[in-house]
Amino acid sequence: MSSIADTGITHVHDDHDHDHKPRGFLNRWLFTTNHKDIGTLYLVFSLLMFFIGGSMALVIRAELFVPGLQLVHPEFFNQMTTMHALIMVFGAVMPAWVGFANWMIPLMIGAPDMALPRMNNWSFWILPFAFTMLLSTLFMDGGGPAAGWTLYPPLSLQTGNSFAFVVFAVHMMGISSIMGSINVIATIINMRAPGMTLLRMPLFVWTWLITAYLLIAVMPVLAGAVTMLLTDHFFGTSFFNAAGGGDPVMFQHIFWFFGHPEVYIMILPAFGVISEILPTFSRKPLFGYAAMVYATASIAFLSFIVWAHHMFTVGMPLEGELFFMYATMLIAVPTGVKVFNWVSTMWKGSMTFETPMLFAIGFVVLFTIGGLSGLMLAISAADFQYHDTYFVVAHFHYVLVPGSVFALMAGTYYWLPKWTGMMYSERWGKLHFWLSTIFVNVLFFPQHYLGLAGMPRRIPDYSPQFADFNKISSIGGFAFGLTQLIFVGVIVHAVWVSKKKARARVWEGAIGLEWTVPSPAPYHTFEKAPDIDESMVPHADEISH
Amino acid sequence: MSQQADNAYYVPHGTHWPIVGSLGMITMLASAGLWLNGSNTAQWVFYLGAAVIVFMLFGWFGDVIRESESGMYNRQVDSSFRLGMAWFIFSEIMFFACFFGALFYARALVVPWLGGEGAGASTNEFLWQGYLPLWPTNGPANIGGEFQTIPAFGLPFVNTLILLTSGVTLTMAHHALKAAQRGPLVAWLAATVILGAIFLYFQVEEYHHAYTELGLTLGSGIYGSTFFMLTGFHGMHVTLGAIMLAVIMFRCMKGHFKPDQHFGFEAVAWYWHFVDVVWLGLFIFVYVL
Ligand SMILES: [Cu+2]
Repeated sequence: MSSIADTGITHVHDDHDHDHKPRGFLNRWLFTTNHKDIGTLYLVFSLLMFFIGGSMALVIRAELFVPGLQLVHPEFFNQMTTMHALIMVFGAVMPAWVGFANWMIPLMIGAPDMALPRMNNWSFWILPFAFTMLLSTLFMDGGGPAAGWTLYPPLSLQTGNSFAFVVFAVHMMGISSIMGSINVIATIINMRAPGMTLLRMPLFVWTWLITAYLLIAVMPVLAGAVTMLLTDHFFGTSFFNAAGGGDPVMFQHIFWFFGHPEVYIMILPAFGVISEILPTFSRKPLFGYAAMVYATASIAFLSFIVWAHHMFTVGMPLEGELFFMYATMLIAVPTGVKVFNWVSTMWKGSMTFETPMLFAIGFVVLFTIGGLSGLMLAISAADFQYHDTYFVVAHFHYVLVPGSVFALMAGTYYWLPKWTGMMYSERWGKLHFWLSTIFVNVLFFPQHYLGLAGMPRRIPDYSPQFADFNKISSIGGFAFGLTQLIFVGVIVHAVWVSKKKARARVWEGAIGLEWTVPSPAPYHTFEKAPDIDESMVPHADEISH
Repeated sequence: MSQQADNAYYVPHGTHWPIVGSLGMITMLASAGLWLNGSNTAQWVFYLGAAVIVFMLFGWFGDVIRESESGMYNRQVDSSFRLGMAWFIFSEIMFFACFFGALFYARALVVPWLGGEGAGASTNEFLWQGYLPLWPTNGPANIGGEFQTIPAFGLPFVNTLILLTSGVTLTMAHHALKAAQRGPLVAWLAATVILGAIFLYFQVEEYHHAYTELGLTLGSGIYGSTFFMLTGFHGMHVTLGAIMLAVIMFRCMKGHFKPDQHFGFEAVAWYWHFVDVVWLGLFIFVYVL
C-alpha cells in the first residue's frame, strides 16, 4: 500500500532539501509566516487552554461533589463557570480548529501556504495577550467576570474592576478570529491547485469555508454587543436600561445572534474532520458528498434565524416563540442528513478501528445524543421546564465535549503522524479513547436527570435530593480530566520518543493531497502546484457521473 | 522562497510586525482598562500603545508597499488582497449592522412595549405609568434630561451631499489613474480628502451644538446612545478613510501605482464607498425618520 504513496512523494520533492526552517527560537516561532508553524502554535496554545479551562471545571465539580458550600466562595464559583466557558470556547475549541485549518487546508488544496501569511502570524499572536489579560482579571478587585460567559446585563454590569478588561479581551479575540477567517476564505477561494474544483475539495475544507463565513458575520456583532456593555457601564448610555428606553433583553438578542452561529463555528469543522476519517477507515468514499456540502450550507444559513431559542422564557411574543421553535427544529433535517450519511459511509465498509476511527465513531454516537437533547430544548413549551437547568448543561456539553473535542482528538490522531513523521502509540491512544468515552458519559449523562429533576445551573449549592447524581458526575469529571493526561503523553511520545516512522500515506485507505507529501510534511509544500489526478481526490468519481 | 519565479505566489519569510502590533494592542487596551478604572497615569501609557500601533502600521504597510512596487506580487497575490479587503469590509458591515439592529429593536419594539403595547401593558401600568412611547425618547425615566434633536435637512443634509460628492471625486481620481494622468489623479484625490475633512469638521460642529445647546448627549437615553454610537463609529471610519486616502495621495505623488495594477488605491476606494453607504443608512434611519 505504501509503494504508490512513496513514489508519490519523491516526484513532489525530488530536487533539493526544502527544509530550510528559520534559525533561532524567536525567528522560528515569534516571527513565523509558515502555516505549519502557526498551526502548531495554535494547537499547542489551545491544548494549554484546555487544561486551564479544564481545571476550572474541576473546581466546579469539586464544589458540587456534595451539597452545601465547602471549597470556594459562591462569588469565586461564579467566576469559575464564567471563565471556564470563555476559555473553552474562545481559547480552546476555536483556536484548535484554526490550528487544524492552518495545518491542513494548504496541504489539502495544494497551496504553498495560507494566502496572507503575515496576517496569519498576527491572528495567532494576539491570542496569548488576550488570554493573559482575561486570566489576569481573576486577581483584580472584585474578581473576574462572574455573570456567565453570556455576559447578560444588568448582572454583568455589576462586575468589579475587571469589566473593561474582559470587554477588551473579547475584542482582541474577535480581531484574531476575523483575521484568521479572512485568511481561510482567501486561501480556499484563491489558492487551490488547478483541478481542485470547489466540489472536489475535501469536506474539512468545505466546512471551514462556511465556518469562516459565519465567523466574519458574527464576531463583529459580538464586538458591538460588548462595546454597548462597555458604554452602558462607563459612559452613561442606555442600550440595556429600560429606564432610558433600552432593554436588557435586547442584549440577549444581539448576543445570541452571535451565539448561535458560534456553536456551529465550533461544530462544523468537527463535521468536516469526521467526514474525512470515516471514509478512510471504512475504505469507502464518503456517502453523499454533495449532500454533505449542501447540508453544511443549510445549517449555516439556519443558524442565523434560530437565536431566540436561548430566550424562550424571557418574555417573547407568541409568534416569536413559534417561529424560533420551528426554525430550530428545521436544523435537525440537515444535521440528520449528515448523521445518516456517516452511518451509510460505514455501512458494509471494510472497517478497522484505529484510534482516530474510534473517536470518530464515538463522535457520531455521542454527538447525536447532544443533538437530540437539543431538539427537546427546541420545544418552546417544554423549554420552560428545562431552561437554565442542568439539562441544558448536559445538552451543550454533549455536543461540545464528545462532539467538538472528540473530533479534535480524532483529527489529532489522524494527522499527528503527518505532522511529526512518527506513529503514536496505538495502545495508549485506544486506552485514551475508551477511558474518555466512559468517563465523559459518567460526567455528563447524570446531568440530564439532574436537570429534568429541576437542578438549576450556575449555583454552587443544591438540595440533597440531587446529591447522588452530582457525586457520580464529579467522579466522572475528575476521571475524564486525568484521562486527558494520557493524550498529552501520547503526543509527547509521538513528537520526541517514538521510533516508528510514518509513511507518506499514513492510513492505507486515506485519499487526499495531504497524503502525497512525506511524513513529516516538509517545511514548505506545494511550492509548485501539484498536478491533480482523480486518484488524489476522494470525491472525484462521485462528481464526475 | 525569497527567489521567486515570476509566476510563483509570494510567501514572505518572516515578519516582526505582528508581534509589535500585539504588544501595542495589549499596551493600549490594558491601559485603557486602567484608565477607565480611574488611573491618571494610564492614559499616557495608552497613547504610547497607540503610537506603537501606528509605528507597526507604517512598518508593515511599508514592507508591503516596497514588495508591491518591486513587482513581487503576481495576479494571484493581488486576488488574495482583494478577497481580504472585501471580507474585512463585510465584517465592518456586520459591526454597523449590530448598532443599526439595536436602533431598530429599540424603536420598533422596546419603546412601544414600555408604552404598554402588546405584552407590555402591565409594564406600563405598574412601572412606567403615563409614559408615552414617542420617538425620539430618552426613556420613561427621562434619562439625561430634556433634549432636542438635530433636524435632518440642515447640516446633516449638507454632509450627505459632501460625502456623495467625495464619492464622485474619488471615482474621477480612479479614472485619472487608469488613464495614467498623474496630475488630475492627485488633484481629485486631494479634493476627496478635503471633502472628508469638511464632513468631519461639520460633524464636530454638530456634536458641539448638540452638547452645548440641544442638551443631546451620549447619556440622553436610548436616542442619545444610538445617535452618538452610530454617528461616532461612522465618524471614526471617515477619519480612518481620510487618513488612508491621504496616504494613497502621497503614494500617487511619489509615482506609485500603474494604470492596470493599483489595488492599494482600489482597496481604499472600496472602503470610502462603504463608509459613504453607511452614512446614507444613517441619514435615513437616524436623522430623517
Ligand atoms: Cu442556539
